Amino acid sequence: MTADPSAPDLAAARRQLLLDTLGIAVSVAGFGFVFGLAARNAGYSPIEASAMSVFAFAGAAQFAAVGYVAAGLPWIPIVILTFALNARHLLYSASLAPRLRELPFARRAAMAHVLTDEAFALAAAHFHRLGRVDVTGYWIGAIVGVFIPWNLATLAGVLLGGVLPDPTALGLDVVFPAAMAGLAAGLVTGRRELVAAGSGAAIGVVCTLAVGPSVGIVAGGLIGPLVGMTVPAGTTHLVAESDASAHAIDIERAITDVGEIGDPPRGADR
Amino acid sequence: MSTELVLLALLMLAVTYPSRAVPLLAPGIERLPPRALLYLRLVGPAILASLAAANTLVGQGSGGTQQLYVGVEGIGVLVCLGLTAWRRNLFLGLVAGIGLVAVARAAGIG
Repeated sequence: MTADPSAPDLAAARRQLLLDTLGIAVSVAGFGFVFGLAARNAGYSPIEASAMSVFAFAGAAQFAAVGYVAAGLPWIPIVILTFALNARHLLYSASLAPRLRELPFARRAAMAHVLTDEAFALAAAHFHRLGRVDVTGYWIGAIVGVFIPWNLATLAGVLLGGVLPDPTALGLDVVFPAAMAGLAAGLVTGRRELVAAGSGAAIGVVCTLAVGPSVGIVAGGLIGPLVGMTVPAGTTHLVAESDASAHAIDIERAITDVGEIGDPPRGADR
Repeated sequence: MSTELVLLALLMLAVTYPSRAVPLLAPGIERLPPRALLYLRLVGPAILASLAAANTLVGQGSGGTQQLYVGVEGIGVLVCLGLTAWRRNLFLGLVAGIGLVAVARAAGIG
């Protein structure tokens, strides 16, 4: 199922993945540390903060929960909000599903638990560069880049929170949006993606202003692609070509012709 | 040491995991039509951009209302976006963007 590790394009793609993963790991660690601090201030014990990061493993929802718990609100609204905030994962999962369909059920079930914004972005960009699935690459992004740093940083934040200065002064509150913007740029490889990203951003802001972030962010993610589909396909690359994508990869085919997963990418035939 | 919120964490898992797992585990998802697959391919850039923009450009106003906000954070995000697109290096972009915000705040801006 996984690609041949000896293939030179795979090695180059994994080098790029590791570089991206390093950036994400730093971002996630900063964000996780801030979550640990917030949880500590809301009265979470280290076990409770860690349980949030291991089981829920959903940054925005965890932050929202901290606010509700600190305000003494009941759990039902927290659970409903968590569902709304994380509904976007349905789209990530559906996007990856055709490319992972041949994996064993238990492995897909395990992969689902670590499917976060960052893990999706890293995996999508990696599969995109490679033109095929690389399961090891998925685990590198999801576990090394996100799960481990998020959980270690949560624990560090809740245990060491009183020692360090205000994380906002260090700019750590910008880590999450900056990382999301950088990852989005990595997925923009044509006119449609560019329009989808621009539309998603604009719709996300407008809807967040109108009805709040849980609806606004999902609306941007749902409507932005519809706008992107209205423009003709193009190859206006926002991101410069890397070693990993120096040769032409037919992404349309890699995504749609899922019956060929694991085989080397062929030339464009659509 | 309190463990009461562990149960809340498990409830949050119970409503989050299905969103992550159902399409991955549902049979026949690969038989989606090409238009649907194209849509799903565009979801990634759209939702990541939506997350970034909403987190950067919307702030909490007085009375808890959402309001448009333009500050040094937006410039930091743009710097990160530009450097990542130009140099294809997210780490460099993050360091530059966050560093800019930290320096600006130390200087009393933003």
